[in-house]
Amino acid sequence: MSVTRKSALLLTLPVFGLLLWLVLYPNLFVLWKSLVSDDRFTLAHYAAFFSSPSQVEALGNSLFISLGSVLLSALIGVPLAFLFHRFDFPGRRIFAALASLPVLLPPLVGVIAFLFLYGESGILTRGLQMLLGLSEPPFSLRGIPAILWVHAYTMYVYFYLFVSAALKRLDESLREASLSLGASRTRTFLRVTLPVLTPAMVGAALLTFMTSMASFSAPYIFGGGVRVLSLQIYNSKLNGDLEMALVETVVLTLVSLLFLVLLQRYEATGRYRSVGKGASPSLRPLRGKGLRLAMAVVGIAAVFFLLLPHLTLVLISFSQDGAWTTQILPPRYTAANYGRLLADDSFLEPILNSLKMATLATAANLAFALAGGWLLIQGKLRGRRLLSALTLLPWALPGTVVALNLATTFSVSDPLQARVLLVGTFWILPLAYFIRNIPLVVRAVQAGFEQLDPNLHWAARSLGASWFYSLRRILLPLLLPAAAAGSMLAFVTALGEFVSSIVIYTVDSRPISVEILSQLRQFNFGSAAAYGVLLILMIAAVFLLFGRYLDERHRPAGQ
Amino acid sequence: MAHLELHGLTRRFEELTALDRLSLEVAPGEILTLLGPSGCGKTTAIRLIAGFLKPTAGRILVNGRDIGPIPPEKRNMGMVFQSYALFPHLNVFENVAFGLRARGIAGRAARSKVERALDLVELAPHRNRPVFELSGGEQQRVAVARAVAIEPQILLLDEPLSNLDASLREQTRAQLDRLIRTLGITAIFVTHDQEEAFALSDRIALLWEGALQQVGAADQLYFQPANERVARFVGKSNLWEVTFREYSRDRGIFSLPSGALLRLPRAAGDGELRRGVRRRMLLRPENVTFVPADDSLALGPARVLSRRFAGAGTEYLLEGGGLRVLASRTNSPAAAGYRVGDEVELYCSSRAVYVLPG
Repeated sequence: MSVTRKSALLLTLPVFGLLLWLVLYPNLFVLWKSLVSDDRFTLAHYAAFFSSPSQVEALGNSLFISLGSVLLSALIGVPLAFLFHRFDFPGRRIFAALASLPVLLPPLVGVIAFLFLYGESGILTRGLQMLLGLSEPPFSLRGIPAILWVHAYTMYVYFYLFVSAALKRLDESLREASLSLGASRTRTFLRVTLPVLTPAMVGAALLTFMTSMASFSAPYIFGGGVRVLSLQIYNSKLNGDLEMALVETVVLTLVSLLFLVLLQRYEATGRYRSVGKGASPSLRPLRGKGLRLAMAVVGIAAVFFLLLPHLTLVLISFSQDGAWTTQILPPRYTAANYGRLLADDSFLEPILNSLKMATLATAANLAFALAGGWLLIQGKLRGRRLLSALTLLPWALPGTVVALNLATTFSVSDPLQARVLLVGTFWILPLAYFIRNIPLVVRAVQAGFEQLDPNLHWAARSLGASWFYSLRRILLPLLLPAAAAGSMLAFVTALGEFVSSIVIYTVDSRPISVEILSQLRQFNFGSAAAYGVLLILMIAAVFLLFGRYLDERHRPAGQ
Repeated sequence: MAHLELHGLTRRFEELTALDRLSLEVAPGEILTLLGPSGCGKTTAIRLIAGFLKPTAGRILVNGRDIGPIPPEKRNMGMVFQSYALFPHLNVFENVAFGLRARGIAGRAARSKVERALDLVELAPHRNRPVFELSGGEQQRVAVARAVAIEPQILLLDEPLSNLDASLREQTRAQLDRLIRTLGITAIFVTHDQEEAFALSDRIALLWEGALQQVGAADQLYFQPANERVARFVGKSNLWEVTFREYSRDRGIFSLPSGALLRLPRAAGDGELRRGVRRRMLLRPENVTFVPADDSLALGPARVLSRRFAGAGTEYLLEGGGLRVLASRTNSPAAAGYRVGDEVELYCSSRAVYVLPG
């Protein structure tokens, strides 16, 4: 599909225009604002940041938690990947699929499930206390350990999926070559298998780090006052200390960007990409009845543990609001919570709000991705690298950063500065969702375009189809699976979006996530959980329907 | 009037000149092959004819009319792609019907045309199958049926056989040959495989680095190559440097580096050569003989360096008089052939030698 210059320009201008205005400009605007005071350049805000012990502590905590999350996630994810993709035992396939279950938890919902389960008055905590006859809870999961616990549970999936994919691609003849050259099994593992898996692990590590830096829900709900950067932005804004919020935003953006650049660099080197076709690895059957049984038991236990948060949510969603106080399990159950979601206007409203905003954002995402994805596969297009970088940028931006960027840039109407008043209007949240999902949908559509044989278009043309006929009958139908997969995932992500929403939502159009939080604050656990289950079901449906069109990268991220 | 004419067709991609002033004429019903190694510009040429690329310079005429401004969908040229480019979301019938539907032909008229095309490639029983379920050979035939269903004025085939197994290729090539001849359609066939080109073309145009080297029938390219490149690309060859001595009646006398003299018949149209002029002469390995015959030239003694059994014949590499000689001999169970180290006398028919133009 070569481009005529005119049509390329026709698309390039709006695509670049939107990216520059909505993605890059708010960042630069925030940066500029953080560097001026009374219209004069100053580093005073940064001096204030770095001389404040609590700010430095927040930065340190963020970095520490991120490093810890990487380490813990790797410790869980890598062995699981090996277990499920190198060995064969009963139930392997099911366990292998279920191991990505945490993906189904939208950020806020996952944290709430953990609160119900492991919190001071959680089911497991009280259960253990009762079982052991203790007067105090056996553990008190709060602060940094609690955050790490949630992160490890949700982010090991990156390691698991990346390493699993690499193991599936691993050329078995490499291992055989090493063994035939006289290397022992251990040496082969250390010198051949492990180095080949390194890119996958580095990729997962960088992604986990970025996600952890951006993490908001876990420290917000579970942190018990621990200072982390993403949360500080929200608090500073809430307290009216806008200058500090700006500096925090810039610092967090820079750290995240650094990791995006590292990730891109690492991917660009493309090392160890398989040279030949090779043979795909075979699974080694585990011999011995005892071992097989043990594996099955371990597997079932692991899956049960992974399912606990989901099960907890479902259980709580049927509990009567306000009845669960000091018991281990909620004492009374009812289906009324679900009925109320649909029948009671005040409960239905957030759902309708979220549906409306997510639909708007996703439609925009799809249209934008079709244009952007098409431009991105034009090999000769000038500025393609810049385009690619700009479409990826929102991926590195934590939700709180996106929200604060928008809140700062679009707080007044000023055509001269390309500012439009959006704060306090309905439009700011759909815009935030749109920006956050640009990378996801563009990448999905781009992948779809890349899989198309460009000759399909020419075949259609030579058979008498006009440019438009070919687009309508050949290109779009073939793009549909990838585009639908990306869009649907963007849709459910937007539907449950919390991190940006909590910073800039308006009361008239509060989304589901904000409503969940407010139900939680009123101790309406059942209602809060019912919303959560609803979100999980929708995400699960998308993965069931479109999962095979999504690569490991496109999963909900950002606790 | 020629059906298709190319006049100085040129296409540059930034620095690279993919096709350089290609001029050709193709007669109605003729099969012309564009032959050459990868990167020689043959695919660029066919994409220019199809209208997928715009020429940097030059013109394409069909029936004397310049088709430059006509978009690909209005050119009515059927194209068979190397990758087949079958529409994966459509079944066999829908693929073949696509061009007709794009033209607004539907219903019974379309159906009968599609069925005729499917019959031609013997795929009628597969009409309702998804294309990705078909074998490579069947997919190739769907691609052909799709291209001919629109009754194109010119059929373009871009390496249509290169994705097939060797065993299937010959059979498919014969089917393709029959089909094109039955339809009497003008065809441009692109390939890098000279045997395919020999088998399937009326004429061959050999391209090298974007430039046309020679156009002619297969035997012309083989025995009277226009230059050393053609001689080397087509078939195996002995290419020796010879020096012109003098004319003797209807013969030209040339000397080999060893000093051996070759008395070659003067071909009509050969220009006068001056004494001492150096030229290249071509002698195909199968025209080197090990026994003398009428009108044969003695090439002198040689020693067998290596031999390679190749079924129908054995190929020998020999050395003698400072020359490397490739020779091939038909095999027979009755004759053992020569062994490495054997000393032999080599000959060739004087009419088998071709002195390349300077």
